[in-house]
Order: sequence, then structure tokens, then C-alpha cells
Amino acid sequence: MLLASALLAPQLWYSVPLILAVSLVYGATRHELPRPILQHAWHTALWMLIFMGSIFAVLWLVSLWV
Amino acid sequence: MARFSPVGTMLYLAIRQPCLPLTTAAMSSPPPPPAEPLLKIDLRNPPLAALLAWVWPGAGHIYQRRYAKAILYMVCILGTYFFGLALGEGKVVYASWNEVDKRWQFPLQLGVGLPTMPAVVQSMVVRRGGEPLFGGLMAPPRRYRDKQDKWVDELADWHKGLNIRFELGTLYTMIAGLLNVLAIWDAYGGPVITEPGKERGPPEDKEKDDKAK
Repeated sequence: MLLASALLAPQLWYSVPLILAVSLVYGATRHELPRPILQHAWHTALWMLIFMGSIFAVLWLVSLWV
Repeated sequence: MARFSPVGTMLYLAIRQPCLPLTTAAMSSPPPPPAEPLLKIDLRNPPLAALLAWVWPGAGHIYQRRYAKAILYMVCILGTYFFGLALGEGKVVYASWNEVDKRWQFPLQLGVGLPTMPAVVQSMVVRRGGEPLFGGLMAPPRRYRDKQDKWVDELADWHKGLNIRFELGTLYTMIAGLLNVLAIWDAYGGPVITEPGKERGPPEDKEKDDKAK
């Protein structure tokens, strides 16, 4: 329940356009054609989501103890 | 006699599979094709393209006739910048460096180029004692006494009024500036195309070299 409310916090959704923009621009600096750019952007976005998600999970677990 | 559960057996197989010896057919198969065909990109005049890319995100790529990337950079970078600016109601991009407020974020926002120039103009106008232009858009916050002789701290008012949107707007505009640095580099030097196996030659060649030695 606490996790669900934390996930639905409106501030968290501000990260979505940022992840999109950062991964697309980063992908575009590595490739020239649209298809590889999109593939690279997808991998970058996934990596960022997993990385930030794991930090979020750790902080959320810590907040349960404190 | 040891007994394994079906899940354990599947996990064992899944882990073991990559360690299976390669068959002759697998070893003699041709190497995978590169991620994208080799392209010849005409960067025209790279310093000029980099300058244009800084002045307006995507402009350097238009100059180089790389239109798809120009649109991508323009949409992503300017979209991020103007969304951040809108979140902060036009107050999150300003140039100020005094004892009270050292706006270290502005040099990062400056990466977006021309869209941040009103902040530079406003800073110069306010420093000379003039009234901010354009209805105070991108003007640095001031601290003054009003008609009732009360201190007015604009920066504190902005933080109070905008709350988290001030920080979010600042973050968005900063990231837009940093992203444009990547775009400028791309306009100057072209993309860093990553092709698998480009750094190393095929294993057969290495074996031949070793035998020759």
C-alpha cells in the first residue's frame, strides 16, 4: 500500500519525459540511422529505469525502518 | 541418490547452456553483420556546425543536412528546455552572481544557446540599475523595500509560490543544456558508431597471426 502510494506520487512522473529525452539524445550521439538510434535509446531508457528503480527500492526499504 | 526438482533442473540447464562446447558449424558460421552499414557523413565545416548547434539546438545538423537528427535534437532538447521554463513560469533561467544568490545552474542552462540569451540581457539591464524587460521574463530576482518600507525578497517569493516546480524547472532546463553539449559534439565530430567486434579482429585471424609467429 505504501509502495503503491509512493509509485503514484505525481513528482515521480516528471522523470518520464526526462528519461525519454536523455535516452533519445544519447542514442543519437552513438548512431546515425533512426533504427539503431531507437534501439540504443530503448536500452538506455531501460537501464536508467532499472538503475533508478533499484535506488528507489533501497530508499523505500530504508524509509520503512526509519 | 541425489534428487533435483524440475525448477532446479531447468535453472541448472539455463546456467549450463552457455558453457556447452561450440559445434564446428557454429564456429565456421560467418560473423554477424555490423549494427548499421558503414556511412559516409559529410560534416561540412565542423566548427561552424558546432557553433550553430549551440546557438539553436539542431541548427548545426540542418546545416550538415542531417535533417532527421536535427528534428530529434530540436524536439528533445527544446521540448525539455521549454517544459522546464513553463514549469518555473519563466523564472528558473536567470543569470545572477552576487553574495546572496550564486546561480551556478545558469552556465549549464547556457548550453541551450539562444533561448537563454534573454537571461543575459536581463542580467545586464538589472546590474545597471534598470527595470527588467519583457515583463520580468528570465530577470534575476531582486531584493528591495516596497512602498510600505517592507523588504521584498523575490527569490523567496518564487520558491514559496512555485514550490517543487521551481526545482523541477531548474532541473529540466539544466539537463536540456547538458544534452545540447552532446548534440554540439555530435555536430562537430559525428556519431560514435558502435559496431560489435570492430575493436578486435575475428578469432580466426588472431589464430593465424599466432601461428605465423
